[in-house]
Parts: sequence; C-alpha cells; structure tokens
Amino acid sequence: MKDVLAELEQRRETARLGGGQRRIEAQHGKGKLTARERIEVLLDEGSFEEFDMFKQHRCTDFGMEEHHIPGDGVVTGWGTVNGRTVYVFSKDFTVFGGSLSEAHAEKITKLQDMALRNRAPIIGLFDAGGARIQEGVAALGGYGEVFHRNVLASGVIPQISLIMGPCAGGDVYSPAMTDFIFMVRDTSYMFVTGPDVVKTVTNETVTAEELGGASIHTTKSSIADGGFDNDIEALQQMRRLIDFLPMSNLAELPELTNYDDPERIDMSLDTLIPDNPNKPYDMKELVLKTLDEGDFFEIQENFAKNIITGFGRVEGRTVGIIANQPMVLAGVLDSDASRKAARFVRFCDCFGIPVVTFVDVPGFLPGTSQEYGGLIKHGAKLLFAYAEATVPKITVITRKAYGGAYDVMSSKHIRGDINYAWPTAEIAVMGAKGAVEILYRSELGDKEKIAQRTRSYEDRFANPFVAAERGYIDDVIRPHSTRRRIAKALAMLRSKKVETPWKKHDNIPL
Amino acid sequence: MFSKILVANRGEIACRVIKTAQRMGIKTVAVYSDADHDALHVEMADEAVHIGPAAAAESYLVADKIIEACKQTGAEAVHPGYGFLSERASFPEALAKEGIVWIGPNPHAIEAMGDKIESKKFANDANVSTVPGHLGVIETPEHAVRIAEAIGYPVMIKASAGGGGKGMRIAWNAGEVEDGYTRSKSEAASSFGDDRVFIEKFIENPRHIEIQVLGDKHGNAIYLGERECSIQRRNQKVIEEAPSPLLDEETRRKMGEQALALARAVNYDSAGTVEFVAGQDKSFYFLEMNTRLQVEHPVTELITGIDLVEQMIRVAAGETLSLSQDDVKLEGWAVESRIYAEDPYRSFLPSIGRLVRYQPPEESDDGRVTVRNDTGVVEGSEISMFYDPMIAKLITHAPTRAEAIDAMSTALDAFYVDGIQHNVPFLTALMNHPRWRSGDLATSFIADEYPDGFFPAIPDEEAYSVLASVALSMGALQRERLDHLPGRLRPHSGSIREDWVIKLDKTYIPIRLVAGFPGTPVELDVAIGEGPSFTVEADWAPGEALWSGRVGTRDVTVQVRPVKGGYRLDWQGFSVIATVMTPRIAELDQLMPEKLPPDTSKMLLCPMPGLVVSIAVAEGQEVKAGEQLAVVEAMKMENVLRAERDCTVTAVKATPGDSLAVDAVIMEFS
Repeated sequence: MKDVLAELEQRRETARLGGGQRRIEAQHGKGKLTARERIEVLLDEGSFEEFDMFKQHRCTDFGMEEHHIPGDGVVTGWGTVNGRTVYVFSKDFTVFGGSLSEAHAEKITKLQDMALRNRAPIIGLFDAGGARIQEGVAALGGYGEVFHRNVLASGVIPQISLIMGPCAGGDVYSPAMTDFIFMVRDTSYMFVTGPDVVKTVTNETVTAEELGGASIHTTKSSIADGGFDNDIEALQQMRRLIDFLPMSNLAELPELTNYDDPERIDMSLDTLIPDNPNKPYDMKELVLKTLDEGDFFEIQENFAKNIITGFGRVEGRTVGIIANQPMVLAGVLDSDASRKAARFVRFCDCFGIPVVTFVDVPGFLPGTSQEYGGLIKHGAKLLFAYAEATVPKITVITRKAYGGAYDVMSSKHIRGDINYAWPTAEIAVMGAKGAVEILYRSELGDKEKIAQRTRSYEDRFANPFVAAERGYIDDVIRPHSTRRRIAKALAMLRSKKVETPWKKHDNIPL
Repeated sequence: MFSKILVANRGEIACRVIKTAQRMGIKTVAVYSDADHDALHVEMADEAVHIGPAAAAESYLVADKIIEACKQTGAEAVHPGYGFLSERASFPEALAKEGIVWIGPNPHAIEAMGDKIESKKFANDANVSTVPGHLGVIETPEHAVRIAEAIGYPVMIKASAGGGGKGMRIAWNAGEVEDGYTRSKSEAASSFGDDRVFIEKFIENPRHIEIQVLGDKHGNAIYLGERECSIQRRNQKVIEEAPSPLLDEETRRKMGEQALALARAVNYDSAGTVEFVAGQDKSFYFLEMNTRLQVEHPVTELITGIDLVEQMIRVAAGETLSLSQDDVKLEGWAVESRIYAEDPYRSFLPSIGRLVRYQPPEESDDGRVTVRNDTGVVEGSEISMFYDPMIAKLITHAPTRAEAIDAMSTALDAFYVDGIQHNVPFLTALMNHPRWRSGDLATSFIADEYPDGFFPAIPDEEAYSVLASVALSMGALQRERLDHLPGRLRPHSGSIREDWVIKLDKTYIPIRLVAGFPGTPVELDVAIGEGPSFTVEADWAPGEALWSGRVGTRDVTVQVRPVKGGYRLDWQGFSVIATVMTPRIAELDQLMPEKLPPDTSKMLLCPMPGLVVSIAVAEGQEVKAGEQLAVVEAMKMENVLRAERDCTVTAVKATPGDSLAVDAVIMEFS
C-alpha cells in the first residue's frame, strides 16, 4: 500500500512541475506566474481541488507519441473565492506552449459542464499558443465543444476570461463569448492572426503589442474590459469582481456587511453642477459619493469614456452604474458609448443586478463617421437593452437629457422604475439655441429677438418640471440626498417581478 | 454699537469677521463676485450683495460698488479684512462722505504708513530703531570705513540705483569695506551708470518679528505682544507663531513700547502691526507698519484671549479701549499654518479646481490644547484662479511651544483634501523639522533647509511600523467582512490568519496578528517581523477617511484613500500605497516586473470633431503636466485639453477657429 501511495505522490509531483523547472523559470523571467501559481493567487488558500491532473493527449502523429506531460497544458478544477465556489481553468504555457489538444479541450468542457450544472462562475486564465497543430482537426473539434458550452452557459453563470500571455487564433473565441475579458499589460496579447500572417497578407508591419496588446484592446477595440499591471494585481482584482457577482442568474445578490450609512447626505453635491451650462464636471464624483464607501469596479474604464459603467454597492448590495460623463465629449452618446453601455446593461439584467443610471446627455453625436459607422443601430442596442431589462432601474437626471438620448437613458417610457431629476435638469428635445433656430428660422437675422426667444424656450424647458408635471419624473430631488433616495428606491424594488411575453429570445439589433 | 456691518472681503477672513459680528449680535452683509456665488461667506452672512465679475479689479477692489452695497442694505460700517481695499486711504475717505463708518485706522495713518520713506521718517521721529546706515554720498574708501565703524560690523555696501544683488557687498572689517566700496562703486557705474553707493548695517540671519498694536479714537493704545513670521517662502509667510522663541521679556517690552510710540505718532485707532527685522542678537529694526488686520492675527488672539475683530468694531463704534496694557497677559504658545492650494512637489505651483473632499480637523478646546481652523471654503467649493490660493489657516494653542507644535502636527494629519494639490505635506514636514522645533529661525529657513525644493519624505522605521499596523487593521477587517459573504459553501471558521505581509510601496513588511479580532472598534496585538508585539486600537469603519487611533504608545491619525488593491495612506508627510497580502502572495509578488510609466504619445490629438477655441501655449514653450494646452469646443461644450506630462511644445498645428476632425494633430511635443 505504501508503495502505491508513494507512487501517487511521485506522479503528482511530476504533474505539478508541468513543463519542468527550466520552463517555469523562463515563465518567471517573462514576469509571469505559472498556471498553478495563478490559481493559488486567485483562490482562497488551500481551496483548490484539481481534476484530470494525469490526463494526457492521445496524438500519435509527428512524434507526439514520444511526448507526454501529465495535465496536457491546462490545469482545471474548482475552489473558492471568499468561500464561494468558482471553477477555474488555467492554461499552462510550460506544457506544449499551452496549446489546445483534444484531451486539453475535454478537460475544459468537463469543467464547463460542471460549472453550468452546479451554477457557479467559471474563470479562464489564458496563456497559450492556440491549437495543437499536430492534432489537426481533433483540436478544432475541441475548440468547437468549448465554444458551444460558452454559449450555453451565457446568461446562466458568470464567465470571466483573464488573458495573461499569448491568446491567438482559435483561442480568442472562447474568451470573446464570455462576459468579461481582462488583460495583463505588456505580457498579454490577443488577436485572430498574428503579426507574421498580417505581414504576409497585408504587408503591414506591426508588433504583437500594437496588434493586440492590452493598450489596444482596452482603448481602441474594446475587446478587453480592463487592463492590469501584472498577474498578481489582475488576479486579485478578479477576486474583487467576483465579490460583486451572484453565483448564477437564479442566485441572490451577494450582500457585504455595510458600514456606510444609506441615509448619508453629501452637501457638496449641491454644487456639483457648474453655473455655466457649458462647463463640464466629473460625473465620477457623483458615482463615488453615491456608492458605499466610494468602492467602484469600473468596466471599460479607458474606452468610450463619455459613458461610465461599472459595479458598486448600495447598502451592501451590488448595483450596476451607467453614467454619462460630461468631462469627455460632453457626455454625448456615440456608437462606442452605446455599445459599451448596452452590453453592460444586458449583463446586469442577466444576473439580476439593479441598474442605476445618471444622465447628463446632450444627444447623439452628429457626423458622417458616426452615421457611416452605424450609429442608428448601435444607439438602438442601448435603447433595446434598457427597454428589455427587467431588473430594478433607477434613473437620476443631473443636467441635460436632450432628444432621443433622453428616451434611451433608462427613461420612464422604457420601464424605468424610479426616475428622479435634480433641479438642474433640463429635459427637452434639444438645447434652447438649436430649438429656436428651427422654430424661428425667419427671425434669425434679428439677434435681439432670437435671444429673447431663446430665453423663453429656456424658461419653459430648461428645468425638470415640465417632465415632472407629466409624471415622466417621479420626483425632483435635492442633489445632496441622491444616495439616500437611491438606497430607498433600491430597497423598495427588491421584490420587483416583471412578466414578459414568451419568446425564444429577442432579436437585439446586433 | 452698529446693528449691521458690511464685510468688504471674501474667503476665510470674511467668514472670520462675520463670526465675531454674529457673536456680538450685529447683522452682516457679504459681497460677492460671479466666482463666489456659492461661497461660504455668502452663506454665513445675513445678506449678500453681488458686486460684479470674478476679477477682483472689477468687484472686490471697486470702492463704489461696496459703498453702493452699503446703501442698498443699510450697513452702517465696513470691515475691510486684509488685502483688497484694506490699506487704501481713499476708501475710508469715500465712506466718510457717505456717512458710513470705517472699521479700521484713520486714513492719515494709512497714508503715512503706506509710504516707505514717510513711514521711516515717522519712525525716526518717534525714536523707533531703524536699520543704521548712511544715506549721504560717500567720498572715499576711508570715509566708507569711518561710516562702517560707526554703524558696527558687518555692514552692507549697496548701489543706490541698484536692485537685486548687483553692486552689493558685505564687509566684516575695514579691509573688506575698502575693497567692497571700490568694487561696488565700479560695478554700480557699469551696471547702472550711477556710481553712488550707500552703507547700512547688515543683519545676519534676520528674523521677522512683528508687534500687534491696538488703539482707540480717544488716544489710548496698547500692544499685544509679538508674532514671529520667519518661516517664509519667497516672502510669503507660511508658518507664524506667538510669542517668538527669540524674545525675552525685556526685548518684548522695548519692541512693544517702540511700536506704541509709532502708533501714537500717527494717532493709530484700530488694530495694526508694526513689523521689525530682528537679528539673532535680539537687535531689532523697524521695517514697516501694516495698517490693517493681519492674516496671522489668530495666534495673538489665542495667547491673549482678545478678539481683535471685536476690538476693531468697538473702537470704530467710538468705544474707549476697555483694556489697559496691564490687562494684556500672554499665555501659552500659538502656531498658525497657512494651507495653500499649491503643489509642494512641483515647486509650489498653484493648483485650482473643485474641493471634491474637504474635511479639516475638528475645532476643539479641551482646556489645554485649542485647535482653530479659519476657513472660507467647504467641501464642493471651487478654488479659482482669481484670488489668493490660501484656503484655510490652521491654528493650535497649548501651554508650551512643543505642545502647540505637536498639536499642529496632529491636526495637519487630519486635514483631508481631495481635488486640488495642497501644501499640507510640506507643513507637516516643517512641524517635524528639528531646526524649527528648536526655534532656531531665520527668514532664510526654507531656502536654507530646502534648497532644491521639497520632496516626498521617505518613511523611517517607525513610519513603516505604524503604517503597516494600520493597513493590517483595515485589511483584516475587510478580510473578516468578506469571510461572511452569503453564498459560502460552509460558514467561515471564525478565526483569522496570523501571518501577513504588508507591501508599502515597494517594501514588504512581515507582520503578525498576535491577538485580537478585527472589527469596529478594534483592538489588536501585532508584531513586526520577529519584534515585540504592541497594541493597535481604533474606531475606524470601512469607507472612513481618517484612521484615528493608537499604535503602540503613539496616537496617530492616518488618512486613508482606497486605491486599486489597497489603500493610499498619508501620515506625518509620508505617503505610501499599502497592500495587505498573505506571505505566499507576497513571495509571488516579488516575481512581478517593475512597471515603468507608460510612454505617452508625443502628440496632442483632437479627441473629438470640434472647433478649436484657443491654444494656450506657443512653440518652444515648456509645459508642466496638467497645464492647459488648448480648448476645443464640441457639442457646444468647451473641453480643456491638458498636458499629460512635463514636456516642450515643438510644433503647434492648429489655430483657434480651426474645425478639426477626430484625432487631428493639434500640437507635437519633444
């Protein structure tokens, strides 16, 4: 018996070493942790239960029968993050470059099946070289199986991808179908075809970082939802994100012991809106002063900064925040901002996370580049997402809510549950100047007359009361009591239930 | 007594005057410019009158607008505060014509003391000691030596026409005087075309000491001790105290009596200040007289217990001084720190913006230590470019100088400001400076001690120990809280791990949680490395800005700002990012490469399709990070584009009025 036990330990030792000491050191040399070290940082200490440690590939082509390393390039299993179950797979770059074989894919799909069956989040840590070319179509089949499960699990359990090294070719599509992708700066990249192929096909010379580094995907392509400085920071922030999320679409929202008085008022918010209507202010101040302890996990912080999205808590319970940012592009809605916010609203709706929207929007961005780029359809995504969402929806208009953008931003008309406005709100079809130029075209030559017309338009519409008179706004609230009013509304809406007509699924304008 | 007065000022001094008026049962009227619409002084006053645009020259400095505001509101008197109209003799004259009382000295005194030469003449006539010197023509080197010997060494030989350091020599003996005389004369001739020079006493390591005087309209005058204001940066006072660590009773009396003599010479009938330059040997010489309330008057108020604003109002109303010189007793020590909106780490560049957070230390008086904060702002106030960058004055009073300084240091730790840069870290460093604490001061103190500017302090062993302990107490509470998230597989064991590592910036500090359990309030026994354990006690709850408690034997107040993955902690001028880790994670963390700041683009690109409103810089200009580069208007909103780092503008590609596409190059940098 002892011999058998010793052999087990021996086999485990070998498996834990992955591609061997030399490759581990090379991994460290690149500033990266190994697959197992990453799991250690991600999960509670000692909580990891590994599956398929001894699994090996079955390939006999191209001399592969000579090379077997237990685990076959991916470490899979489950553990806990602050006591709550998560499933994790971590690609092992030291074993065949983390490349995906049929057996490797089987390990992942087994885990995906378990996560879905048992309703707990799944996290993938990516650092791999793509399909294992020696296996040919078997590897492609493996990818397909993984992709399919990503789709089945979508909207049922949170799926998170963390890119911590190369992620190219077939490997990119599994993360692309998960809820969030995060990247580690400078050591990770993601692309469908690498710089060599790009050079051959388009004659374009580009580095891996320029083609698909975190600096690109967090700012230009919006593929990634955030970037972190190194593996440790990235993994610890994943723990922080998981703390905000329910385990599945049917699970309760996590509730953290709250030390921040929900009745707290913040007098400084009474001076947040500048006297000059064209002067920007930082909407993040309102976001931070509304949330518990100013704790905000921002999603897509560096992309389409004219809209802010992210998670926070009110009275200890998770909320999703969407807010126009007047500091950037005056907070206008453009294609990028619409897409960014739409996807975020849909995530919140999937997982029962209430949505709090702060509105200061001058409208949609005009111009050929926007119209050619499909602004109508992208704007419609946000409108659709808000309209279909059945989670509690609370809206606070701080300043401008002009035109169609007013309707889009979680208005009463698309089932906003509670719609508040600050006394500084201006809810109108457009700004006074533009309106007067259309209404009184014939008087444009007369500056004095136009100024007087502008004033009277402002007097009529540059306030929240016209909307409040119609019931489009439930109440005009004092800025300093924003947190208190939102907290109360959220508490009231905890029991919200909405029935929607049966359908297979909707047809959001993709 | 007046029933209503107008305060012709803004900011902290307006609030200060209003407070006393309210205590005296007098109604107050504030005036405000466009920029001060929502200012604190406007809110505090019973009435407020708008007096014009933000620029002081068009509002606070326009006497007619103030007079108009008085008439409009029926204010019987005007308190000018300091600055603005406070030392303009024509203003009280204009007020008098309208039958409005001026809460300040008579205009003749203002005029006489406002003129440098005139005031020296008055001083001489009143037998006030002035810097000894010879203003006549000096014929020969021998003549120069005779004069120097009469004055006493060291002496300074200066070009009459000169400015700056040109043609200036300091001489310690006859030889140096002869030599200096000749050289100064020729330098003066070549630099200014005027070879006249003069000689005066050179005061080594001078100190700035001033006497507070108070007079009434009935010929009574008293002095209220001195203030020392030697801690200055480019002639701007930073720290003041009362009394001065230099003076003895005898010198204090001599200075006070001379100050009084001068005050009497001009029939001084309000609060005023006679400034002296003092040598380390306690010699002192008249500098000038300020015919107004000084910024630093609170230190005098705290050691005398006399409200100077109240006295000013009473004497202006014609009351006789109710205090005699014998009633003035100096008790304890007071120190004042001026809180400026300026960045100490960037050569004290002014910083403007919104006070996103503004939580000054609480004012208190426990019978031994007094903390007073004279402020004109509240959280959410806007610090604009139009006015003085001083946002508050923090004053502490205690029985001894050392205790007053300690109280100041503690109070500064609790001064929590976000949204702008401020000099609190610099003030804290000054409070801990051994030379300041020893009282060995000179007006050159800051230039001597910080010749290359001010840099963030590097934590010492005690700081590491305190900050690591505080971080652990917070981190452990967060840990405990997360251990009780619902949805756990099984309830938490209820115990908390013992061994931790706190990463403070780049330093890893092993720390053990020996006993106790995290919570609010909390009491933990911790030990750094293998060291002895000590107790950490606090009442901090997550989200609170200040961690106030006890670490070992020391009372500490640490400022806490949550950052990604940890906390930024500020204490005693030290500022670190603290991360709480398990030993294993700390071990792995050491494998992480050090990140260099990202390489930002060398171009300023237009962030949106828009119209260039203005370009704030020119080709070849050096700009600092955060400096305004251009303003682009889009969607009818003005967007200010700022420099992301320090650099030089090599090319400007756009001009105001240009309509730019997104990503169009506006300018290029080196």
